[in-house]
Amino acid sequence: MIPDKHIPQRFNLVNVLWDIQKKRRYISKDDIAKIANEFNISKTELEGIISFYHFFHFKDAGKYTIYLNCSTISKLYNYHEVKKAFEDELGIKMGNTTKDKMFGLFQTSCIGLSDQETSALINYYPFTNLTAEKARTLIAKIRAGHSLQELCNFPKDNIQYKPEDENKTIFFKPFEIGDGLKKLKKLSPEDVIKMVEDSKLSGRGGAFFPTGTKWKYCRNNVSDQKYIICNADEGEPGTFKDRVLLNSYPELLIEGMAIAGYAVGATEGFIYLRAEYKYLKEGIEKAIENFNQAKLLGKVILGIENFDFNVQIFIGAGAYVCGEETALIASMEGKRGEPTTKEYFPVEKGYLGKPTVVNNVETLCAVPRLLEMGLKNYLAIGTKSTPGTKLLSVSGDCTKPGVYEIEWGMKLKDFLVLIGANDPYMILFNGFAGECLSSVDFEREISGENLLADQIQFTFKDPIEYAHKMSGVGLRSGGSFMVFNQSRSLISVLKNITDFFVAESCGICVPCRTGNFLLSRKIDKIKLGHGSKSDMEEIQEWSHIIKQSSRCGLGKTSTNCLLTAMLKFPEEFEKLTKDESDFNDAFNIDRATQNYDNIIQEIESTYD
Amino acid sequence: MTNSVNITIDGKRYKAQKGKNLVNVAKANGLYIPTLCHFREVDPPLGTCRICTVEVDGKTTAGCTTKVYEGMNVQINTPELLNTRKAIIEMLYAEGNHFCPSCEKSGNCDMQNLGYDMGITVSRFPHVYSKKAVDFTSDRMIMESNRCILCKRCVEEIKTKDGKDVFSFVKRGVGTRVQIDYEEEAKLSDEEALYAMSICPVGAILVKGVAYEKPFGKRKYDKSGSSKQIQLNDKLKQKSKDQKFVVATTSLAGCFGCHMSLLDINTELLDVLEIVEFNKSPLTDIKKFSKQCDIGLVEGGCANSENIEVLKEFRKKCDILVVFGECAIMGGIPAMRNFFSLKECLEEAYINGITTELGANIIPNHEDIPKMLDQVYPCNEIVKVDYFIPGCPPNANHIWKVVKNILLGEEYSITHEEFKYD
Repeated sequence: MIPDKHIPQRFNLVNVLWDIQKKRRYISKDDIAKIANEFNISKTELEGIISFYHFFHFKDAGKYTIYLNCSTISKLYNYHEVKKAFEDELGIKMGNTTKDKMFGLFQTSCIGLSDQETSALINYYPFTNLTAEKARTLIAKIRAGHSLQELCNFPKDNIQYKPEDENKTIFFKPFEIGDGLKKLKKLSPEDVIKMVEDSKLSGRGGAFFPTGTKWKYCRNNVSDQKYIICNADEGEPGTFKDRVLLNSYPELLIEGMAIAGYAVGATEGFIYLRAEYKYLKEGIEKAIENFNQAKLLGKVILGIENFDFNVQIFIGAGAYVCGEETALIASMEGKRGEPTTKEYFPVEKGYLGKPTVVNNVETLCAVPRLLEMGLKNYLAIGTKSTPGTKLLSVSGDCTKPGVYEIEWGMKLKDFLVLIGANDPYMILFNGFAGECLSSVDFEREISGENLLADQIQFTFKDPIEYAHKMSGVGLRSGGSFMVFNQSRSLISVLKNITDFFVAESCGICVPCRTGNFLLSRKIDKIKLGHGSKSDMEEIQEWSHIIKQSSRCGLGKTSTNCLLTAMLKFPEEFEKLTKDESDFNDAFNIDRATQNYDNIIQEIESTYD
Repeated sequence: MTNSVNITIDGKRYKAQKGKNLVNVAKANGLYIPTLCHFREVDPPLGTCRICTVEVDGKTTAGCTTKVYEGMNVQINTPELLNTRKAIIEMLYAEGNHFCPSCEKSGNCDMQNLGYDMGITVSRFPHVYSKKAVDFTSDRMIMESNRCILCKRCVEEIKTKDGKDVFSFVKRGVGTRVQIDYEEEAKLSDEEALYAMSICPVGAILVKGVAYEKPFGKRKYDKSGSSKQIQLNDKLKQKSKDQKFVVATTSLAGCFGCHMSLLDINTELLDVLEIVEFNKSPLTDIKKFSKQCDIGLVEGGCANSENIEVLKEFRKKCDILVVFGECAIMGGIPAMRNFFSLKECLEEAYINGITTELGANIIPNHEDIPKMLDQVYPCNEIVKVDYFIPGCPPNANHIWKVVKNILLGEEYSITHEEFKYD
């Protein structure tokens, strides 16, 4: 199957759209007609693709496009002040562009800077620790002609902790390129897979699928072409550990990808970099170039026969759901980033229909280290089920936000001391798709030990039973760790979470698309004090329905935090809800007739 | 069969061909898993509607995307799964605007049929009143996105001869909708256009000029044959207490059609009067409650301040509140104004409408005239409602069976003909 020469390959579509968005700041009707024609697709299909991604616009997004982060952590800091400052300074409301088309102001979900909030991206340059004052100065300076490059704050790594013993550190220690790859001379692909399997390395994005198993499946599928994709679409709110790896250890990642390629027999690697991390692209490209120079990428690497591997970068366009591997692949193929039904797993039919391994940044970075230090030394770190270390991104109410490399097995309460959480009340563990932890969980350890069957933690009705059953159960996180003290409004945090899923649902299945929307309304009702016990019961029932029937992991996990919060903080809800009544207090007759009164008044005064 | 596998469905063992689709395997063995997006041998299955949600080895998943394998244990009909499936249909009803009485697809609608099948009387979810634009632009087709359930059948199935999509998903999240490409649509043949309309499981894709082609009684789901009335003890149990039961009725924002239907039981009404005494009701013309009632029957939703007052009074004065008819349940025809601003509605009715007098500039208002609400509300968004009877109007027998059941605890069955949405 040789594609028609005149038709550009579909997988270039997102790049083409990026070029136009960058050049013109929006994609016009004429562009759509032209591109649709070039790619031989209907205009509507193209509009469907463009409208799926947050960073593609149909209307002018301004010469300077500002994306202000509206995530929970951003709101703990100066979000509201900064938003107002931008709005006042530019004379526009959020979601609009100034008349002179100079500035566009939009909000966006977590941009991976939770350790230095409030943050924003302007033309994808990062601006951190914003205050109202800083926002105003920033606009003035941009107007005065200063370049964004000189104004922006390149994010600090904020590596706060790594094991004291360097032998117990996996990620945050010096690395010479080739250290891992060199070991391949003495290892067959099967050896590598065996080693990764034995190391019990598993998907560090948060799904914890055994990496070795994934590689083995991919290796066993015969194909002329296979792909390795690094999932650097770190969209889970509160996570930013991949940002640090990509910034300071891109060599580890590239080497990990090459080793994965060697193990499964793939020759092409892609880094799916989220658009929010565009500022890291240059550094990664430089690292790739270094590998090319050192002949550690390319053909017959290290003289090993048939070991060819190349790495390139693909820039995403703003969709949380694209962190799901099948959605990510669809997005790379130039389609809407909708998850598939898993008729085939990517290791069977992935990118362009070929066997594909999709791994998280941290997972791939661990691989060269494993080879470098040897299995025995690796297994000596961490716990039995989860050897090694884990990177956690810490943000919220603590004195030392940043990235932590901890040995698996650390007690939660010790970790809280480490990060300087003096008054921890609630912890969002593993992001918005994770769970809420309270003081009943503080004795538990951060590890994969004694895990219960899938999802069981969301079925408890009684907090005491929960505490009893879960006390010895380990806690696994993909990386997000957000701490809140008692002064924070739990219900506002939950509202932010639900709204996030409303915005990020791909829209295919009704439980996720509308279920979360209805839950968001319900939470509003509770927040306003109109809720009763039956509303709480409905939230629980609806949450379970969404969990049971959603099409992909996004919907299945979207109500985790809500359910665990209701279990562990019943008093927070009790103080907001009132007694059962035959009348719906959310309905207010004065408010419902206000509009009518206004219209009558207005019309009478017009005709008087 | 060489590659046959043993599977268990709801505790019974079956043999099936390995790798076959679970929904089809169940069907071949006479077991029913409801489906909506699934049709023919679409490969890979769409898996969008989630109605075929079943439990496989303890995990819930969509039946249509599951292939059978040796030793798999499937649950189809646990109470929890039945409830989940029902909830999904209810959510689809709440999400879109499914006013069966005014829909071209009524009677030919797969989703309506599933609604009947699951015995849905009301959606447990609040109605969203979707306000998506109805697209009439194409010469031949109408795209009514407010009815679309995003099953993706048309997106995957309808292509032009050169392989381009005619329908596509646009936007995402709660705003996702199907958009029609006029240029590509024009390239379809008339047969293909009709095919697009026929594979749409609801009334979202319509071909102009062919709606309502089939009369009542001959529509796709009318042909299901008449169901049998289960004979129950038809002798009315004598009331133990001396007084008759007290019933009140009212019509809020409705057309009185439901009240007309109330009278449709003809002479049986006389039997009813043996045990029932009407208090406040248009039937008796009693304007004010004179005592506490056993049952209140409410027709119509709430469009103005008076409706609210009456409904609240009914809630207070009636031990059990039953709402009947689509308007009371989800706003119905009056709720069609929810898609416009109140100002637009009033101006259209009293100032700009083609039937208003030239120079008309007054919207009737007086302290004695009730105030219009910002939108029409279903009764259960104002007060707690105990029972719902669907239909436009509901069948008379259905209404009285419910009432008798509540009063006398008498068992009853509703036939297909008596249970209706349109």
